[in-house]
Amino acid sequence: MHNPAVLLTLILMVSLTFYALFGGADYGGGVWDLLARGPRQQQQRELIANAIAPVWEANHVWLILVIVLLFAGFPPAFAAVSTALHIPLTAIIIGIVMRGSSFVFRAYHTADYRTQKRWGMIFAVASTITPICLGVIVGAISSGNIVVKQGISENGFLTPWLGLFPLMVGVFSLSLFVFLAAVYLTVESTDVQLQEDFRRRALVSGLLVALMALATFVSARTGAPDIYSGLLKPSIVWIVQGATAVFACTAFLCLLARKYKIARVAAMLQITFILWGWGMSQAPYLLQGDMTVNDAAASPAVLWTLIAAVGSGLVLLVPSLLYLLRLFKMGNEHLPLH
Amino acid sequence: MIPMSDIFAARTQMAISLAFHIIFAVIGVALPPMMVLAEAMWLRTKDPVYLCLAKRWAKGTAILFAIGAVSGTVLSFEMGLLWPRFMGLAGAAIGMPFSLEGFAFFTEAIFLGIYLYGWRRASPAAHLFSGIVVAVSGLASAFFVCLVNGWMNTPTGFRLLNGQFVDINVWKALRNPAGTPEAIHMILASYCAAGFATAGIHALLALRSKPNQFHRRAIAIALALGGSAAVFQAVSGDALARVTAVNQPTKLAAMEGDFETRGGAPLRIGGIPDVQTRQTKGAIEIPYGLSILAFHSPKAVVAGLDQTPRSDWPNVLVVHVAFQIMVAIGSLLALIGLVSGWLVWKRRTAFTQSRVFLKVLVLCSPLGFIALEAGWVVTEAGRQPWIIYHIMKTSDAVTTMPGLPVTLILFTCLYLILSAVVIWLMSRHVIATPKDEEIQALAVGKGIVHA
Ligand code: HDD
Ligand code: HEM
Ligand code: HEM
Repeated sequence: MHNPAVLLTLILMVSLTFYALFGGADYGGGVWDLLARGPRQQQQRELIANAIAPVWEANHVWLILVIVLLFAGFPPAFAAVSTALHIPLTAIIIGIVMRGSSFVFRAYHTADYRTQKRWGMIFAVASTITPICLGVIVGAISSGNIVVKQGISENGFLTPWLGLFPLMVGVFSLSLFVFLAAVYLTVESTDVQLQEDFRRRALVSGLLVALMALATFVSARTGAPDIYSGLLKPSIVWIVQGATAVFACTAFLCLLARKYKIARVAAMLQITFILWGWGMSQAPYLLQGDMTVNDAAASPAVLWTLIAAVGSGLVLLVPSLLYLLRLFKMGNEHLPLH
Repeated sequence: MIPMSDIFAARTQMAISLAFHIIFAVIGVALPPMMVLAEAMWLRTKDPVYLCLAKRWAKGTAILFAIGAVSGTVLSFEMGLLWPRFMGLAGAAIGMPFSLEGFAFFTEAIFLGIYLYGWRRASPAAHLFSGIVVAVSGLASAFFVCLVNGWMNTPTGFRLLNGQFVDINVWKALRNPAGTPEAIHMILASYCAAGFATAGIHALLALRSKPNQFHRRAIAIALALGGSAAVFQAVSGDALARVTAVNQPTKLAAMEGDFETRGGAPLRIGGIPDVQTRQTKGAIEIPYGLSILAFHSPKAVVAGLDQTPRSDWPNVLVVHVAFQIMVAIGSLLALIGLVSGWLVWKRRTAFTQSRVFLKVLVLCSPLGFIALEAGWVVTEAGRQPWIIYHIMKTSDAVTTMPGLPVTLILFTCLYLILSAVVIWLMSRHVIATPKDEEIQALAVGKGIVHA
């Protein structure tokens, strides 16, 4: 690890992974709110809201960390992405604003059920659109169309992201988050019927994930040829792919067997390996085909101080985060929040 | 649609987003210490009124913090979306405080979650401690972001070579001359603005209801924080002005409406600068005032706008007027803080019950926020045309993306709607006199309801 640029990239990937695992599931919860059906839809919505309420703001900070570390460590990459992907990024921030604010508005509109429902609708729709846009960004970065010279985007402001492949990645991300949320919710609920509701949802969305994974892979052939060939390279990448498959099957089987806690771990590992598989086939590029990690990196002195800052930040963060999870996610779900 | 240049749209969008965020950020900085104080009083006295107060304020914080978090996220993206060339050039130099701020956000969000939803899960001491962590992290995030802004005003810690930054030293960049004084001034401003606003709201409710302990204690806590901050604010503002005088003479000249360089410069109060005739008319002038304040010597020479080419002037009228507003409000609030402090010290606390005093508080409640926004206009508009002072022009930093007026309109509408909803929600759920039964329920311990 003598190359600080690589080390910082790994830190970025870790933050992104945490954002997907925690923040991603919060989006997925919003989608299940939108899709709440059947006799227990009211309880389903409450379960989702109670699962999200204490943690979503903390989960959201992972995204901020990704942004901040990106512009601190790799300023030209940040500048290029913000220029070429102006439109989908704007969509993301609007989505984030709508989602966060409608979530609190709904929580405090307890007196009036109709208004509450309306805010719930905005919350759910924003939770669906935002992760698609996040995926589009990832897809666009991989497809190699982001070329920004002297602050001018050579492919304009649409081509870099408006294509089948980025869109596929967008829907794929959504399916992952939706699956993850359903798996988490099986653990969160203390009511057996609710658990069954989410077990069924998890199984269906698990199949959807597999389908979308395949479709995304196929569309990468033309949409992101470098990634496509990267994913086929018989090397470490295969190990990652294999692990993804193993954990995906484990999660699925555990759901079938109603072993929810193990399914939760397996699903988290599945998502982690998907992300890292993408990261490895993307290496050494930060922006596929145009800018490598080393091209974009700030000077080593800057990077080392950043890494040191992250290190000392973690000393504060890790115990705090564990305490939060222990209070709200470790088997005391029966305690009321209110 | 009115034709509008992209650069103007970008600046306006940035200004609106910041002006919106700052209101919620200030509440994230200043409400936690107030709720912690109320909770600590409850733990000590076991008086349920304090618990009720802590919960009310926590409820307000919950709503406002969420809006602060999402509007802050918008800002982090907007730095790149609107000013990619600024971020590409300077990202490495200012990334450090932003990263540290990121960790402050983490602790703030984590412990706020625990504070709001952990009444039944954490022990009383752990719960109070969580509140303290929230208060400290809010303070830290304000500190770090002001270091960034200070760096834009007084950039340090690098060498400029062919338009690129080399030899960046992030610690030197952190210790830029304007950063720390700005941060202190900003943190005091948060306490001052939120303290007076809270005191004013409770005064309004107190005027409407029969005498009650709830509002009386709320006003005491809010005013203790806001009033003392206002007094220190004048001192810190003076220190900040001296940093400006040395490092950004053009900005100081615009603040004062000083067109000519001279020794023994007077301090102007009020007045309207006219850039055509290069005169500031209608101001009360205090002889030698400015020289004394800025350089501690009546004969000191203070640079006027004539030292700067006309094309590099900021909008003098805006900067001058905004500065006058801030200082006028600052002086008024400091006076109220001093008088109240003196009366309390003399144990003449009856004044807090008088209707006149309550009415004064109601009138003062928006003033802190107005001063705060005005102060930021001074800092930001006064830096123009530079985004990084004397290094990069704002017009060279803006994105090449066309059609920015569209996003400007989009965000303006979004923020207008959000503001309307927040005001409505706060007035329904937070700004109300609690019923006696609610306090009674808390007294018998039935109501450890979350905020
Ligand atoms: C409650 C709000 C508030 C109050 C009462 C005051 N200020 Fe202030 N002032 C701010 C809130 C503020 C701020 C938070 O808006 C600014 C913008 C940037 C900053 O760091 O603080 C600011 C900036 C600012 C600057 C600009 C520095 C620069 O950009 O170079 C100066 C010189 C002062 N202030 C001076 C004063 C003085 C002499 C006051 C006398 C009473 C005063 N302020 C009261
Ligand atoms: C002087 C100006 C500012 C102050 C005092 C300030 C302070 C704060 C505080 C206290 C919070 C916590 C949330 C809340 O209280 O509602 C917050 C949130 C945030 N701010 Fe600001 N901020 C300022 C300007 C900025 C700027 C310029 C940016 C970006 C470039 C920014 C980015 C953020 C982000 C990303 C969050 C969300 C954190 C979360 O999710 O918890 N802020 N800010
Ligand atoms: C939160 C309180 C703040 C308010 C209300 C505020 C207000 C403003 C205003 C009015 C402008 C437009 C200036 C003009 O075009 O005349 C502006 C520009 C800007 N501000 Fe601030 N500002 C705040 C804090 C900050 C902080 C803490 C940072 C840095 C981290 C920052 C970074 C910028 C940038 C990058 C621009 C655009 C470039 C420029 O116009 O110079 N602002 N802000």
